[in-house]
Amino acid sequence: MNVFSEFLVSALIVLGALFTLLGSVGLLRLPDFLMRLHAPTKATTLGVGALLLASAIYFSLTGSGVSLHEAAIVLFLFITAPVTAQLMAKAARHRQKKSGEDR
Amino acid sequence: MLIRAIEIAFILIGVAMMLSFWRLLRGPDIVDRVLALDTLSINAIALLVLYGLHTDSNTYFELALVLAILGFVGTVALCKYLLRGDLIE
Amino acid sequence: MLKQLIPRPVLSLTVLLLWIAITNAGSLGLLLLGLLLAVIIPRLTLPFWPQAPRLANPLRALRFLGVFALDIVVANWGVARRIVGPSERLSPALVEIPLDLRDPFLATLLGSIVSLTPGTVSIDVDQKHWVLLVHALDAPDPQALIDEVKNRYEAALKEIFAC
Repeated sequence: MNVFSEFLVSALIVLGALFTLLGSVGLLRLPDFLMRLHAPTKATTLGVGALLLASAIYFSLTGSGVSLHEAAIVLFLFITAPVTAQLMAKAARHRQKKSGEDR
Repeated sequence: MLIRAIEIAFILIGVAMMLSFWRLLRGPDIVDRVLALDTLSINAIALLVLYGLHTDSNTYFELALVLAILGFVGTVALCKYLLRGDLIE
Repeated sequence: MLKQLIPRPVLSLTVLLLWIAITNAGSLGLLLLGLLLAVIIPRLTLPFWPQAPRLANPLRALRFLGVFALDIVVANWGVARRIVGPSERLSPALVEIPLDLRDPFLATLLGSIVSLTPGTVSIDVDQKHWVLLVHALDAPDPQALIDEVKNRYEAALKEIFAC
């Protein structure tokens, strides 16, 4: 691996970890549930995506042949993140409505 | 440089997991806990990928894939339970 | 004949590409197994799939994917700034976006796209009135958000799937 690709992989790793951390920071400090939902669906997903991209580049350059299987996880994460977000938002609204009726 | 980057990333993701875990403990509602669990499972995928890079081995990829699938299915099942109060209709 | 063998060409292609990705393009034998799976899996799951609209403009779809990937990065930058900044200054809002699309599959696709991109998470697709309910992290001007989603994403989807 030459200096340039090493720098690229390192930058992607740190950026990815930073975005993952940001997702959790948002999860902790935003004031209500629907706002908290934004942080993990976007920041954490992108963070893990960047980490997987770094891994794909690293193993493609050092291992034998191209390393594609990270792409499968990235694809899976990017397809499932909106689905879980929508389901959780629905569940939250459902519970809000129910507790409103109880009162 | 790469080794330094991986070390920094380990710390960042460790802190991220602690923050998610704090939200899991604090709640306040059960949907918050479900969200925190989902975030924790994605953080764990990040940790696995990072560990794979650290040890320079490809073996952890399958584990990350299984974790991704299980995390998704688990979250969906929990949400369905919250929405319907029943899993199998 | 070909139509009967692979009823969903795009789905078959996706299965094949995913198989190649997972096995790291190992050997010819694995590729043949992947081809077999690409024929069998879409046929077995055929009853589960909604009647998906035809992909009319594949080149436009590829260009849209590029724009979309860039948008994800830009949107994340915006979300990151708002997470770190003071949260009292945010103005979260529930926004209803009236849809021109009349297809459940496309409405869901639009919902997923909206969830991943600009400061919004889609909450519900109302298929009676064709309204997409989204929650925005910071939307001082809801009308601008509606216009952005409609012009940037819905118009592109309508072009790609020709409906």
